[in-house]
Amino acid sequence: MAFDSSPLRVEVVAADGLVWEGDAESFLARTPDGDIGILSHHEPILATLVPCAVEVLRADGGVREIIAIDGGFLAVDENRVSVLTSHGRMAQEIKLAEAEREYHAAQKALDAGDVSVDTKHHYYRARAQLRAAQRAAEQH
Amino acid sequence: MASSLRELRQRRKSVTATKKITKAMELIAASKVIRAQQAGVRALPYTRELNRALSALATHASVDHPLTTHVERPRRAALLMFTSDRGMNGAFNTNLIKAAARMRARLEEQGIQVKRYVVGRKGIAYHKFREIPVIQAWGGFSDQPTYADAQEIADVLIEDFLTPYEEGGVDEIHAVYTRMESMLTQTPRVRRLLPLEVVEGVHTVDELGHIPQYAFEPDADTVLDAIMPQYIRSRVWFYMLQSAASILASQQRAMKSATDNANQLIESLTREANQARQAEITQEITEIVGGASALAEASAQD
Repeated sequence: MAFDSSPLRVEVVAADGLVWEGDAESFLARTPDGDIGILSHHEPILATLVPCAVEVLRADGGVREIIAIDGGFLAVDENRVSVLTSHGRMAQEIKLAEAEREYHAAQKALDAGDVSVDTKHHYYRARAQLRAAQRAAEQH
Repeated sequence: MASSLRELRQRRKSVTATKKITKAMELIAASKVIRAQQAGVRALPYTRELNRALSALATHASVDHPLTTHVERPRRAALLMFTSDRGMNGAFNTNLIKAAARMRARLEEQGIQVKRYVVGRKGIAYHKFREIPVIQAWGGFSDQPTYADAQEIADVLIEDFLTPYEEGGVDEIHAVYTRMESMLTQTPRVRRLLPLEVVEGVHTVDELGHIPQYAFEPDADTVLDAIMPQYIRSRVWFYMLQSAASILASQQRAMKSATDNANQLIESLTREANQARQAEITQEITEIVGGASALAEASAQD
Protein backbone atom coordinates (compact mmCIF):
# COMPACT_ATOMS: atom_id res chain seq x y z
CA MET A 1 0.00 0.00 0.00
CA ALA A 2 1.32 3.41 -0.86
CA PHE A 3 2.27 5.45 2.15
CA ASP A 4 -0.18 8.07 3.12
CA SER A 5 -0.12 10.12 6.23
CA SER A 6 -3.83 10.09 6.88
CA PRO A 7 -4.53 10.12 10.60
CA LEU A 8 -6.04 7.28 12.51
CA ARG A 9 -9.80 7.39 12.84
CA VAL A 10 -10.87 6.58 16.38
CA GLU A 11 -14.35 5.72 17.59
CA VAL A 12 -15.17 4.85 21.16
CA VAL A 13 -18.69 3.49 21.37
CA ALA A 14 -20.60 2.42 24.44
CA ALA A 15 -23.81 0.42 24.31
CA ASP A 16 -25.88 3.52 25.00
CA GLY A 17 -24.15 5.88 22.66
CA LEU A 18 -21.02 7.19 20.99
CA VAL A 19 -18.51 8.42 23.59
CA TRP A 20 -15.82 9.96 21.44
CA GLU A 21 -14.99 10.08 17.78
CA GLY A 22 -12.25 11.84 15.89
CA ASP A 23 -8.88 11.69 14.20
CA ALA A 24 -5.90 10.73 16.28
CA GLU A 25 -2.15 10.44 16.09
CA SER A 26 -1.90 7.58 18.51
CA PHE A 27 -4.09 5.44 20.65
CA LEU A 28 -3.34 3.58 23.86
CA ALA A 29 -5.40 0.96 25.71
CA ARG A 30 -4.87 -2.04 27.94
CA THR A 31 -5.37 -5.67 26.97
CA PRO A 32 -5.19 -8.58 29.41
CA ASP A 33 -1.55 -9.03 28.32
CA GLY A 34 -0.53 -5.42 28.74
CA ASP A 35 -0.77 -2.01 27.13
CA ILE A 36 -1.24 -1.74 23.42
CA GLY A 37 -0.40 1.33 21.40
CA ILE A 38 -1.82 1.91 17.96
CA LEU A 39 -0.41 4.28 15.36
CA SER A 40 -1.69 5.11 11.93
CA HIS A 41 -1.82 2.12 9.52
CA HIS A 42 -1.60 -0.49 12.20
CA GLU A 43 -2.24 -4.03 11.02
CA PRO A 44 -5.83 -5.27 11.49
CA ILE A 45 -6.27 -6.54 15.00
CA LEU A 46 -9.07 -7.65 17.25
CA ALA A 47 -8.25 -7.53 20.94
CA THR A 48 -10.08 -7.80 24.22
CA LEU A 49 -9.62 -4.94 26.65
CA VAL A 50 -9.69 -4.86 30.42
CA PRO A 51 -11.27 -1.92 32.30
CA CYS A 52 -8.77 0.88 31.81
CA ALA A 53 -8.25 4.50 30.87
CA VAL A 54 -7.90 4.76 27.12
CA GLU A 55 -5.61 7.53 25.88
CA VAL A 56 -6.03 9.15 22.52
CA LEU A 57 -3.59 11.76 21.22
CA ARG A 58 -5.66 13.94 18.99
CA ALA A 59 -4.42 14.75 15.51
CA ASP A 60 -5.50 18.36 15.78
CA GLY A 61 -3.24 20.14 18.23
CA GLY A 62 -2.03 17.14 20.17
CA VAL A 63 -4.56 17.28 22.97
CA ARG A 64 -4.78 14.07 24.94
CA GLU A 65 -8.27 12.67 25.44
CA ILE A 66 -8.72 10.20 28.25
CA ILE A 67 -11.69 7.90 28.33
CA ALA A 68 -12.52 5.43 31.08
CA ILE A 69 -13.91 2.19 29.72
CA ASP A 70 -15.44 -0.83 31.33
CA GLY A 71 -13.52 -3.47 29.38
CA GLY A 72 -14.62 -4.48 25.92
CA PHE A 73 -12.95 -4.84 22.53
CA LEU A 74 -10.61 -3.09 20.25
CA ALA A 75 -10.91 -3.53 16.51
CA VAL A 76 -8.42 -2.01 14.10
CA ASP A 77 -9.13 -2.23 10.42
CA GLU A 78 -8.47 0.04 7.43
CA ASN A 79 -6.86 2.73 9.57
CA ARG A 80 -9.87 2.79 11.85
CA VAL A 81 -9.82 2.01 15.53
CA SER A 82 -13.09 1.13 17.18
CA VAL A 83 -13.41 0.52 20.86
CA LEU A 84 -16.54 -1.28 22.01
CA THR A 85 -17.44 -1.10 25.63
CA SER A 86 -20.62 -1.56 27.59
CA HIS A 87 -19.89 1.58 29.57
CA GLY A 88 -17.60 4.47 28.68
CA ARG A 89 -17.06 7.98 30.03
CA MET A 90 -14.89 10.91 29.09
CA ALA A 91 -12.40 11.69 31.85
CA GLN A 92 -13.50 15.33 32.07
CA GLU A 93 -16.99 14.18 32.98
CA ILE A 94 -15.79 12.14 35.92
CA LYS A 95 -15.54 13.95 39.22
CA LEU A 96 -12.27 13.08 40.93
CA ALA A 97 -13.73 13.00 44.44
CA GLU A 98 -16.60 10.81 43.35
CA ALA A 99 -14.29 8.42 41.55
CA GLU A 100 -12.06 8.20 44.64
CA ARG A 101 -15.00 7.45 46.87
CA GLU A 102 -16.22 4.76 44.52
CA TYR A 103 -12.76 3.25 44.29
CA HIS A 104 -12.33 3.09 48.05
CA ALA A 105 -15.79 1.59 48.50
CA ALA A 106 -14.98 -1.08 45.94
CA GLN A 107 -11.62 -1.75 47.57
CA LYS A 108 -13.24 -2.10 50.96
CA ALA A 109 -15.75 -4.61 49.61
CA LEU A 110 -12.92 -6.59 48.08
CA ASP A 111 -10.86 -6.47 51.27
CA ALA A 112 -13.86 -7.63 53.26
CA GLY A 113 -13.49 -10.95 51.50
CA ASP A 114 -16.17 -10.52 48.85
CA VAL A 115 -14.40 -11.82 45.77
CA SER A 116 -17.41 -12.37 43.53
CA VAL A 117 -17.11 -11.49 39.86
CA ASP A 118 -19.38 -8.48 40.32
CA THR A 119 -17.31 -6.91 43.09
CA LYS A 120 -14.09 -7.46 41.21
CA HIS A 121 -15.58 -5.96 38.11
CA HIS A 122 -16.83 -3.00 40.09
CA TYR A 123 -13.37 -2.57 41.56
CA TYR A 124 -11.66 -2.58 38.16
CA ARG A 125 -14.17 -0.18 36.75
CA ALA A 126 -13.77 2.21 39.66
CA ARG A 127 -10.01 2.00 39.32
CA ALA A 128 -10.18 2.77 35.61
CA GLN A 129 -12.43 5.74 36.25
CA LEU A 130 -10.20 7.04 38.99
CA ARG A 131 -7.09 6.75 36.82
CA ALA A 132 -8.78 8.54 33.97
CA ALA A 133 -9.94 11.32 36.26
CA GLN A 134 -6.47 11.68 37.81
CA ARG A 135 -4.78 11.87 34.45
CA ALA A 136 -7.26 14.44 33.23
CA ALA A 137 -6.67 16.47 36.39
CA GLU A 138 -2.89 16.40 35.88
CA GLN A 139 -3.30 17.82 32.42
CA HIS A 140 -5.32 20.83 33.36
CA MET B 1 -87.03 16.01 32.60
CA ALA B 2 -85.05 18.30 34.87
CA SER B 3 -83.17 15.39 36.39
CA SER B 4 -82.13 14.09 32.97
CA LEU B 5 -80.76 17.51 32.06
CA ARG B 6 -78.69 17.47 35.20
CA GLU B 7 -77.56 13.93 34.49
CA LEU B 8 -76.49 14.85 30.98
CA ARG B 9 -74.49 17.79 32.23
CA GLN B 10 -72.85 15.68 34.88
CA ARG B 11 -71.84 13.09 32.34
CA ARG B 12 -70.43 15.74 30.10
CA LYS B 13 -68.38 17.08 32.96
CA SER B 14 -66.94 13.68 33.76
CA VAL B 15 -66.08 13.00 30.12
CA THR B 16 -64.36 16.39 29.95
CA ALA B 17 -62.26 15.47 32.98
CA THR B 18 -61.30 12.13 31.41
CA LYS B 19 -60.42 13.89 28.20
CA LYS B 20 -58.00 16.14 30.03
CA ILE B 21 -56.22 13.09 31.41
CA THR B 22 -56.02 11.26 28.10
CA LYS B 23 -54.85 14.39 26.34
CA ALA B 24 -52.08 14.85 28.90
CA MET B 25 -51.05 11.21 28.55
CA GLU B 26 -50.98 11.58 24.80
CA LEU B 27 -48.62 14.54 25.04
CA ILE B 28 -46.38 12.80 27.57
CA ALA B 29 -46.19 9.68 25.40
CA ALA B 30 -45.42 11.82 22.36
CA SER B 31 -42.45 13.46 24.04
CA LYS B 32 -41.22 10.19 25.54
CA VAL B 33 -41.42 8.33 22.25
CA ILE B 34 -39.00 10.81 20.72
CA ARG B 35 -36.57 10.19 23.55
CA ALA B 36 -36.98 6.43 23.16
CA GLN B 37 -36.30 6.69 19.45
CA GLN B 38 -33.20 8.77 20.14
CA ALA B 39 -31.97 6.12 22.56
CA GLY B 40 -32.45 3.61 19.76
CA VAL B 41 -30.40 5.72 17.39
CA ARG B 42 -27.64 6.17 19.99
CA ALA B 43 -27.36 2.40 20.34
CA LEU B 44 -26.75 1.95 16.62
CA PRO B 45 -22.98 2.63 16.46
CA TYR B 46 -22.33 -0.04 19.07
CA THR B 47 -24.41 -2.64 17.24
CA ARG B 48 -22.80 -1.70 13.94
CA GLU B 49 -19.25 -2.00 15.30
CA LEU B 50 -20.06 -5.23 17.06
CA ASN B 51 -21.45 -6.70 13.85
CA ARG B 52 -18.34 -5.59 12.01
CA ALA B 53 -16.04 -7.17 14.54
CA LEU B 54 -18.02 -10.37 14.62
CA SER B 55 -18.15 -10.76 10.87
CA ALA B 56 -14.42 -10.04 10.69
CA LEU B 57 -13.92 -12.76 13.23
CA ALA B 58 -16.16 -15.10 11.26
CA THR B 59 -14.15 -14.46 8.10
CA HIS B 60 -10.74 -14.99 9.67
CA ALA B 61 -11.26 -17.60 12.30
CA SER B 62 -13.59 -20.44 13.04
CA VAL B 63 -16.66 -19.42 14.98
CA ASP B 64 -17.32 -22.75 16.62
CA HIS B 65 -18.57 -21.62 19.93
CA PRO B 66 -21.01 -23.04 22.47
CA LEU B 67 -23.36 -20.16 21.66
CA THR B 68 -23.49 -21.06 17.96
CA THR B 69 -23.99 -24.78 18.46
CA HIS B 70 -27.15 -26.06 16.87
CA VAL B 71 -28.93 -29.04 18.31
CA GLU B 72 -30.29 -31.49 15.71
CA ARG B 73 -33.55 -32.04 17.52
CA PRO B 74 -34.27 -29.29 20.00
CA ARG B 75 -36.26 -30.59 22.94
CA ARG B 76 -36.69 -27.51 25.06
CA ALA B 77 -36.88 -23.88 24.09
CA ALA B 78 -37.22 -20.61 25.96
CA LEU B 79 -39.54 -17.83 24.94
CA LEU B 80 -38.64 -14.31 26.03
CA MET B 81 -41.52 -11.84 25.87
CA PHE B 82 -41.23 -8.08 26.01
CA THR B 83 -44.49 -6.65 27.36
CA SER B 84 -45.16 -3.25 28.89
CA ASP B 85 -45.33 -2.23 32.53
CA ARG B 86 -48.50 -0.22 32.27
CA GLY B 87 -51.69 -0.42 30.30
CA MET B 88 -53.27 2.43 28.36
CA ASN B 89 -51.47 1.40 25.22
CA GLY B 90 -54.21 -0.14 23.14
CA ALA B 91 -53.66 -3.64 21.84
CA PHE B 92 -49.89 -3.59 22.44
CA ASN B 93 -49.74 -6.39 25.00
CA THR B 94 -52.58 -8.39 23.45
CA ASN B 95 -50.81 -8.45 20.10
CA LEU B 96 -47.51 -9.41 21.66
CA ILE B 97 -48.99 -12.18 23.79
CA LYS B 98 -50.86 -13.51 20.76
CA ALA B 99 -47.64 -13.62 18.74
CA ALA B 100 -45.93 -15.41 21.62
CA ALA B 101 -48.81 -17.90 21.88
CA ARG B 102 -48.56 -18.67 18.16
CA MET B 103 -44.84 -19.27 18.50
CA ARG B 104 -45.39 -21.47 21.52
CA ALA B 105 -48.03 -23.52 19.66
CA ARG B 106 -45.62 -23.98 16.77
CA LEU B 107 -42.82 -25.12 19.06
CA GLU B 108 -45.09 -27.47 20.95
CA GLU B 109 -46.30 -28.98 17.68
CA GLN B 110 -42.71 -30.00 17.04
CA GLY B 111 -42.63 -31.63 20.43
CA ILE B 112 -40.54 -28.90 22.01
CA GLN B 113 -41.12 -28.05 25.61
CA VAL B 114 -41.43 -24.29 26.21
CA LYS B 115 -40.02 -22.29 29.11
CA ARG B 116 -41.13 -18.72 29.55
CA TYR B 117 -39.25 -15.58 30.45
CA VAL B 118 -41.24 -12.38 30.76
CA VAL B 119 -40.27 -8.72 30.77
CA GLY B 120 -42.88 -6.15 31.82
CA ARG B 121 -45.46 -6.11 34.59
CA LYS B 122 -48.41 -6.61 32.26
CA GLY B 123 -46.97 -9.85 30.98
CA ILE B 124 -46.18 -10.96 34.52
CA ALA B 125 -49.76 -10.26 35.59
CA TYR B 126 -51.12 -12.10 32.56
CA HIS B 127 -49.19 -15.26 33.37
CA LYS B 128 -49.87 -15.04 37.07
CA PHE B 129 -53.62 -14.70 36.56
CA ARG B 130 -53.69 -17.76 34.33
CA GLU B 131 -51.32 -19.61 36.62
CA ILE B 132 -48.86 -20.24 33.79
CA PRO B 133 -45.39 -20.87 35.19
CA VAL B 134 -42.73 -18.29 34.32
CA ILE B 135 -39.08 -19.11 34.93
CA GLN B 136 -37.99 -15.56 35.55
CA ALA B 137 -39.58 -12.18 35.12
CA TRP B 138 -38.34 -8.62 35.11
CA GLY B 139 -40.42 -5.49 35.37
CA GLY B 140 -40.33 -1.78 35.99
CA PHE B 141 -38.18 -0.52 33.15
CA SER B 142 -40.05 -1.39 29.97
CA ASP B 143 -40.44 2.17 28.68
CA GLN B 144 -36.99 3.35 29.79
CA PRO B 145 -34.60 0.42 29.73
CA THR B 146 -30.93 0.72 30.58
CA TYR B 147 -28.10 -1.36 29.22
CA ALA B 148 -27.59 -2.89 32.67
CA ASP B 149 -31.11 -4.36 32.47
CA ALA B 150 -30.35 -5.86 29.07
CA GLN B 151 -27.11 -7.27 30.42
CA GLU B 152 -28.86 -8.90 33.36
CA ILE B 153 -31.51 -10.54 31.17
CA ALA B 154 -29.01 -11.66 28.55
CA ASP B 155 -26.73 -13.22 31.15
CA VAL B 156 -29.58 -15.28 32.61
CA LEU B 157 -30.53 -16.48 29.13
CA ILE B 158 -26.95 -17.33 28.17
CA GLU B 159 -26.56 -19.36 31.33
CA ASP B 160 -29.78 -21.22 30.61
CA PHE B 161 -28.64 -21.92 27.07
CA LEU B 162 -25.27 -23.22 28.20
CA THR B 163 -26.87 -25.55 30.74
CA PRO B 164 -27.24 -29.02 29.21
CA TYR B 165 -30.76 -30.26 28.46
CA GLU B 166 -30.52 -32.97 31.09
CA GLU B 167 -30.01 -30.35 33.79
CA GLY B 168 -32.95 -28.25 32.70
CA GLY B 169 -31.26 -26.05 30.11
CA VAL B 170 -32.75 -25.02 26.80
CA ASP B 171 -31.65 -25.76 23.24
CA GLU B 172 -33.08 -22.65 21.65
CA ILE B 173 -34.10 -19.18 22.77
CA HIS B 174 -36.65 -17.10 20.92
CA ALA B 175 -37.45 -13.50 21.65
CA VAL B 176 -40.86 -11.96 21.03
CA TYR B 177 -40.68 -8.19 20.81
CA THR B 178 -42.53 -5.40 19.10
CA ARG B 179 -40.76 -3.79 16.23
CA MET B 180 -41.18 -0.08 15.84
CA GLU B 181 -41.89 0.22 12.12
CA SER B 182 -43.11 3.80 12.35
CA MET B 183 -45.18 5.97 14.64
CA LEU B 184 -48.26 4.35 13.13
CA THR B 185 -47.29 0.70 12.91
CA GLN B 186 -45.66 -1.52 15.44
CA THR B 187 -45.64 -5.23 14.75
CA PRO B 188 -44.81 -8.07 17.08
CA ARG B 189 -41.92 -10.16 15.86
CA VAL B 190 -40.37 -13.44 16.84
CA ARG B 191 -36.61 -13.77 16.47
CA ARG B 192 -34.28 -16.56 17.41
CA LEU B 193 -31.77 -15.22 19.88
CA LEU B 194 -29.79 -18.40 20.42
CA PRO B 195 -28.08 -20.35 18.97
CA LEU B 196 -26.48 -17.56 17.02
CA GLU B 197 -26.19 -17.62 13.29
CA VAL B 198 -22.96 -15.92 12.33
CA VAL B 199 -22.91 -14.66 8.78
CA GLU B 200 -19.53 -14.11 7.23
CA GLY B 201 -19.07 -10.52 6.31
CA VAL B 202 -18.58 -9.49 2.73
CA HIS B 203 -15.09 -8.31 3.30
CA THR B 204 -13.58 -5.28 1.71
CA VAL B 205 -10.56 -6.16 -0.33
CA ASP B 206 -7.72 -3.64 -0.47
CA GLU B 207 -6.11 -2.27 -3.65
CA LEU B 208 -3.78 -5.21 -4.04
CA GLY B 209 -6.64 -7.62 -3.85
CA HIS B 210 -6.02 -9.46 -0.62
CA ILE B 211 -8.18 -9.63 2.42
CA PRO B 212 -6.47 -7.97 5.39
CA GLN B 213 -5.19 -10.55 7.80
CA TYR B 214 -6.28 -10.01 11.36
CA ALA B 215 -4.17 -10.48 14.42
CA PHE B 216 -5.96 -11.53 17.56
CA GLU B 217 -5.02 -10.46 21.02
CA PRO B 218 -4.59 -12.65 23.10
CA ASP B 219 -5.99 -15.21 20.58
CA ALA B 220 -9.02 -15.78 18.38
CA ASP B 221 -10.82 -18.08 20.81
CA THR B 222 -10.53 -15.70 23.73
CA VAL B 223 -11.77 -12.81 21.63
CA LEU B 224 -14.67 -14.92 20.43
CA ASP B 225 -15.49 -15.98 23.98
CA ALA B 226 -15.65 -12.36 25.01
CA ILE B 227 -17.50 -11.04 22.00
CA MET B 228 -20.32 -13.60 21.85
CA PRO B 229 -22.03 -12.67 25.14
CA GLN B 230 -21.65 -9.00 24.21
CA TYR B 231 -23.45 -9.70 20.99
CA ILE B 232 -26.35 -11.42 22.78
CA ARG B 233 -26.56 -8.50 25.22
CA SER B 234 -26.68 -6.04 22.41
CA ARG B 235 -29.48 -8.04 20.72
CA VAL B 236 -31.51 -8.02 23.94
CA TRP B 237 -30.75 -4.33 24.31
CA PHE B 238 -32.00 -3.72 20.78
CA TYR B 239 -35.23 -5.64 21.48
CA MET B 240 -35.77 -3.64 24.64
CA LEU B 241 -35.25 -0.32 22.91
CA GLN B 242 -37.58 -1.29 20.09
CA SER B 243 -40.21 -2.43 22.57
CA ALA B 244 -39.87 0.77 24.60
CA ALA B 245 -40.42 2.96 21.55
CA SER B 246 -43.32 0.76 20.46
CA ILE B 247 -44.98 0.91 23.87
CA LEU B 248 -44.89 4.68 23.85
CA ALA B 249 -46.03 4.97 20.24
CA SER B 250 -48.99 2.66 20.90
CA GLN B 251 -49.77 4.60 24.02
CA GLN B 252 -49.76 7.84 22.14
CA ARG B 253 -52.06 6.40 19.50
CA ALA B 254 -54.41 4.84 22.05
CA MET B 255 -54.59 8.06 24.01
CA LYS B 256 -55.17 10.07 20.88
CA SER B 257 -58.15 7.95 19.91
CA ALA B 258 -59.41 8.11 23.49
CA THR B 259 -59.25 11.91 23.32
CA ASP B 260 -61.01 11.92 19.97
CA ASN B 261 -63.73 9.67 21.34
CA ALA B 262 -64.13 11.92 24.36
CA ASN B 263 -64.51 14.91 22.05
CA GLN B 264 -67.23 13.13 20.10
CA LEU B 265 -68.97 12.09 23.28
CA ILE B 266 -68.84 15.64 24.65
CA GLU B 267 -70.32 16.95 21.43
CA SER B 268 -73.23 14.54 21.43
CA LEU B 269 -73.85 15.04 25.14
CA THR B 270 -73.90 18.79 24.63
CA ARG B 271 -76.45 18.34 21.86
CA GLU B 272 -78.61 16.12 24.01
CA ALA B 273 -78.36 18.52 26.92
CA ASN B 274 -79.34 21.44 24.70
CA GLN B 275 -82.26 19.46 23.35
CA ALA B 276 -83.39 18.56 26.83
CA ARG B 277 -83.12 22.18 27.93
CA GLN B 278 -85.08 23.33 24.88
CA ALA B 279 -87.74 20.68 25.50
CA GLU B 280 -88.02 21.82 29.10
CA ILE B 281 -88.53 25.44 28.06
CA THR B 282 -91.07 24.47 25.41
CA GLN B 283 -92.94 22.45 27.93
CA GLU B 284 -92.96 25.28 30.40
CA ILE B 285 -94.29 27.71 27.77
CA THR B 286 -96.96 25.23 26.73
CA GLU B 287 -97.97 24.83 30.34
CA ILE B 288 -98.14 28.59 30.92
CA VAL B 289 -100.04 29.21 27.70
CA GLY B 290 -102.38 26.31 28.45
CA GLY B 291 -102.90 27.56 31.98
CA ALA B 292 -103.53 31.15 30.82
CA SER B 293 -106.06 30.10 28.18
CA ALA B 294 -107.82 27.87 30.73
CA LEU B 295 -108.08 30.87 33.06
CA ALA B 296 -109.32 33.12 30.22
CA GLU B 297 -111.91 30.52 29.27
CA ALA B 298 -113.10 30.24 32.87
CA SER B 299 -113.44 34.01 33.30
CA ALA B 300 -115.30 34.33 29.95
CA GLN B 301 -117.89 31.79 31.16
CA ASP B 302 -118.50 33.85 34.33
